[in-house]
Amino acid sequence: MADLKKKFDVLVIGGGNAALCAAISARRAGASVLVLEGAPKFYRGGNTRHTRNMRCAHDAATDILTGPYTEDEFWDDLLRLTGGQTDEELAKFMIAESKDILNWIVEQGVRWQPSLGGTLSLGRTNSFFLGGGRAMLNALYLTAEKLGVEIAYDAEVTDLQIEDGMFLSATLKQPIDGASEIRASALVAAAGGFEANIEWLKEYWGDAADNFLIRGTPYNRGSILKMLLDKGVQEIGDPTQCHAVAIDARAPKFDGGIITRHDSVVFGIVVNKHAQRFYDEGEDIWPKRYAIWGRLVAVQPDQIAYIIFDSTVVTSFMPTLFPPIAGATLAELAGKLGLEPTALEKTVADFNAAVRPGTFDHTILDDCRTEGLTPPKTHWARKIETPPYLAYPVRPGITFTYLGTRVNRQARMVMKDGKPSANMFAAGEIMAGNVLGKGYAAGIGMTIGSVFGRVAGREAAKNARN
Amino acid sequence: MHGTRILEEADRLMTVCNSCRYCEGLCAVFPAMEMRRAFSDGDLNYLANLCHSCGACYTDCQFSPPHEFNVNVPRTLAVARAESYAAYAWPRAFSGAFARNGLVISLVAALSVAAFIFGFAALHDRQVLFGVHTGPGAFYKLMPHNAMAALFGAAFLYAIVALVMGVRAFWRDIGEPVGMKTDMAALLQAIRDAGELRYLDGGGVGCFNEDDRPTDRRRLYHHLTFYGFALCFASTCVATLYHYLLARQAPYPWWDIPVVLGTLGGIGLLIGPIGLLAERWKRDPVLVDEARYGMDVAFIVMLFLTSLTGMALLLLRETAAMGPLLALHLGVVFSLFVTMPYGKFVHGIYRFAALVRYAMERKAMAHV
Repeated sequence: MADLKKKFDVLVIGGGNAALCAAISARRAGASVLVLEGAPKFYRGGNTRHTRNMRCAHDAATDILTGPYTEDEFWDDLLRLTGGQTDEELAKFMIAESKDILNWIVEQGVRWQPSLGGTLSLGRTNSFFLGGGRAMLNALYLTAEKLGVEIAYDAEVTDLQIEDGMFLSATLKQPIDGASEIRASALVAAAGGFEANIEWLKEYWGDAADNFLIRGTPYNRGSILKMLLDKGVQEIGDPTQCHAVAIDARAPKFDGGIITRHDSVVFGIVVNKHAQRFYDEGEDIWPKRYAIWGRLVAVQPDQIAYIIFDSTVVTSFMPTLFPPIAGATLAELAGKLGLEPTALEKTVADFNAAVRPGTFDHTILDDCRTEGLTPPKTHWARKIETPPYLAYPVRPGITFTYLGTRVNRQARMVMKDGKPSANMFAAGEIMAGNVLGKGYAAGIGMTIGSVFGRVAGREAAKNARN
Repeated sequence: MHGTRILEEADRLMTVCNSCRYCEGLCAVFPAMEMRRAFSDGDLNYLANLCHSCGACYTDCQFSPPHEFNVNVPRTLAVARAESYAAYAWPRAFSGAFARNGLVISLVAALSVAAFIFGFAALHDRQVLFGVHTGPGAFYKLMPHNAMAALFGAAFLYAIVALVMGVRAFWRDIGEPVGMKTDMAALLQAIRDAGELRYLDGGGVGCFNEDDRPTDRRRLYHHLTFYGFALCFASTCVATLYHYLLARQAPYPWWDIPVVLGTLGGIGLLIGPIGLLAERWKRDPVLVDEARYGMDVAFIVMLFLTSLTGMALLLLRETAAMGPLLALHLGVVFSLFVTMPYGKFVHGIYRFAALVRYAMERKAMAHV
């Protein structure tokens, strides 16, 4: 390890996709770079560990992408999913830059593959990492190390010295090689959001947050974000907004990752702890409406819900980590789930009675729907009547938060007074709220990370030289 | 419920992996897994033998230890694979040979060498044993060609029969009807995949051995070993044809086909095993079935000794050392043959059969 007491050109705080892209790009621009990753080596990379693809614009099919995904289409998708809560200039800049990221990231050692089994709907828009997100991270770390980027793990930062929007130094919780104060000419903050910080989540969600499961590591506590906002950086994004999906209630509190999610909602009904339905399960095709179920479950009593289906659809979705809970009768199933048996029987009976005949096709918005039921199930509604009856208990699984630091096109942080910071840049989830005010589309978090990471690193290096 | 604890663990892991699938581009194991939703003992033994132990899925896995999901596919499948070798051994009475394989192989090797030395010593006086023999038929002054051919032919035949019976058991276990359908395309695909060790490349960057930096060294050393072995085998075949068809007796001059093939193969079979042994030594213990260290090492050492004694024989065949060296070489080769069905050698056979099955499955799935 190099002498950490010397002043670095660029200090990167964080260790995921955005941080590594920034570190590599700064190093390639000639800067001396130190990466401080707060997590131990195994857990390095925050949410990037659990990712698997990136959404980049491209004008033609490639080896791994089945067709073009133009900048305009990407922009239309972003506009729709955020409901307009996006910074148009920044978003369009990101989309334009994303085209070259497809090649640039390969030059950094990352390898692509066609979309994974069970994700065919993303084959045109999203490029998948061969071996998944951790493989991607490993490749970026190897490249960074080869280039001479210094990397420290278990390097938690407890304070930032910032004067008039100018970064001076960062304080380490535990000194590394005798250094506890790290100085650098420029800072890139790429330390993620605060989804693992239950206390912080409670400020917006109340005690309900105690029942949230965190899909990533326990290290995403948002401490750097908080320091920056406390020291004059302008805030962006709705603090109550987060990307949350319904995941298996039996999943571990932290770091269950991709394998705890359920994509079976469209094949059955979803009831709360009172055995009552609460939302149209057939609203749209998976995965388009996949992301809404986390928030839906979060506002149900005790933040728990149950996907109820029968034995006819078991093979219609990806195999799951946790097996479904089964009952020979609805009453038996209700007993195992801790639901009131008569209530569940009535809910299912009402649902079955409302199902109209149709031709089932889960790949399109088919004509299998309910009539006279509130809420309705507008597509893929089929009777639940073939035992064994099955259920998955689900809870909100928080993936990432949207509150962040405002940045400009250079990925330079903007201070509360509207002035750009002298030497502070941000990339990744910590500034995702600039382009993603709400909503979610698969792979967009990685696009934000790579594009703004690359820009932030380059600009930070330039800044340090001047 | 599965037959063994390791298959229980393999089932648990395949359930985790099948709900993730990030590794499907790395090798054949994960696409084969995706063709199933539940796993029988035979399915798991098939996947275990399909795994080339490149380690990429461990390095790439977000759930590998210390994560609480504790996903370690390479090691789990390595243990399951080794246990499957014992389960398929023929005759069953010899399956115990896999338990303390290093010891068994060493004993058989030592006894074989001793038998040849004592045999030569008992049948010949010192002048013949330590004499200088040159020209065609020199070796056969110590052991008549017919006796040599009969003994080694029998040993080889026995090995073939035992291996075929093992493959039969494996093929049945993984759910294929015995009497492989003649599927030339699948067979050719498997030959190609095995021949280039396609699935020992970590999905393109090389395999993972001592750390998280991929390298292609294991594949290189394995190629040297395998093709070295194949060349040596070809050398023996050509020599046999020479003897019976052309009535040309060994030893042959250095430029003749059997000697050229044997020398080239022998060099590969010297460097390859040393390299494999070094890589095995350096390998991250977390990836390895440590209990089978003896089996791995015994096989590599036997290959190395086969080559070393053969090369020594070639270099010193015109000196008084020829007699003892011939006894040594024949002893090593004999024990290599008879222990083939009861050691690491079988990995190639079962893995090849698994690759054939995989090629057939891929085709079947493509037609669905």
